Amino acid sequence: MSRNPYVREVPRTTWYMRNNRYIRYMLREVSCVFIGLYAASLTVGLVRLAQGDNEWTHYLNGISSPTGILFSLLAFGFACYHSITWFNVTPRAMRIPKGDGFVPGPAIVSAHYIIWAVVSLVFLLMMGVL
Amino acid sequence: MSQRQITFEILRYDPETETEPRFQAYCVPCEEEWVVLDALNYIKDTLDGTLNYRWSCHMAVCGSCGMMINGEPMLSCKAFIRDLPAGTIKVEPLYHFPIERDLVVVLDDFMDKLESVKPYVIPKKQRPIEDGPYKQTPKQLHQYQQYSMCINCLLCYAACPQYGLTPEFIGPAALALTHRYNLDSRDKGRRQRQEVVATHEGVWECSFVGACSEVCPKDVDPAGAIQQMKIASTADWYLEHLMPWRRS
Ligand code: SF4
Ligand code: FES
Repeated sequence: MSRNPYVREVPRTTWYMRNNRYIRYMLREVSCVFIGLYAASLTVGLVRLAQGDNEWTHYLNGISSPTGILFSLLAFGFACYHSITWFNVTPRAMRIPKGDGFVPGPAIVSAHYIIWAVVSLVFLLMMGVL
Repeated sequence: MSQRQITFEILRYDPETETEPRFQAYCVPCEEEWVVLDALNYIKDTLDGTLNYRWSCHMAVCGSCGMMINGEPMLSCKAFIRDLPAGTIKVEPLYHFPIERDLVVVLDDFMDKLESVKPYVIPKKQRPIEDGPYKQTPKQLHQYQQYSMCINCLLCYAACPQYGLTPEFIGPAALALTHRYNLDSRDKGRRQRQEVVATHEGVWECSFVGACSEVCPKDVDPAGAIQQMKIASTADWYLEHLMPWRRS
């Protein structure tokens, strides 16, 4: 009997189309592009602010245009998707000993949401939105 | 007892006469309580004795019957036909492993990787047998128990896209077992294993897709184990650089 193992190649560029699990993972990875672009837009905003009134108004008009709002919504959606999927897996990455076992997963996830809410509140207060 | 005629499309490959695999269809009268493995056994017993596949326990313990069922890595002895979508059922050998013959895959790569992580207790000092067993409290057992449930079925490797793209990756089960021994109170072999696992081909190849844990039939959660090892390896790095005197 002769051996002649057959190797099935993984498609290099389309592997993530193979199932929904991979697509969900790619969405999480792609979210960093939108978050990065949003951070870049904020940095541009700072530069415009330093440049003077005119430039700043121009920037504000830009981000409040329909395209600007659409982009912000998209970035917000991706940021939420990234944070939520990330928070949900945190108990598996950090096991905190308690008694004979570990702190239950839902407690760790909830703690993340509480910290998220508190930090967001502090920022909104500092910005005078609330 | 109700019976249903179901078509199985099975990937066949004969290394002696064929250059690539092909699908072959079989129509099987399936009983209500059958799993996919029962249908394969029916085919082998009554329709086509040349079909090759691995199995042994028929109770999700031995880990030898893993295969792709409708594109999803599953234990064929645990995959109830009634739980699968109606229609043709596609059966293929586990993805990411070379096909030896029909549904049988080549396991050598995994075996080498498993060996490389030293999956056994390495005590600080061997004790003479007269001294009795190494004792452990229930709490100490609990630390690693989940990661010791692995049955080496390799569903996680078939699910892991990183292993598919980068075959050098040590992969989920071997890393979960590394973690299992590292967490064992009787073991002092972590530093030896770190040389293999705290590397690019080790934990750092993992990008936490999480597919391994989703398909694992024993809830081992290899993805969780790998993330914990990443955190511990990062802590090692900082300790080593910030407090070099701590390194013994
Ligand atoms: S970790 Fe789970 S899926 Fe992977 S080999 Fe072990 S039992 Fe199978
Ligand atoms: S036959 Fe043993 S795990 Fe399926």
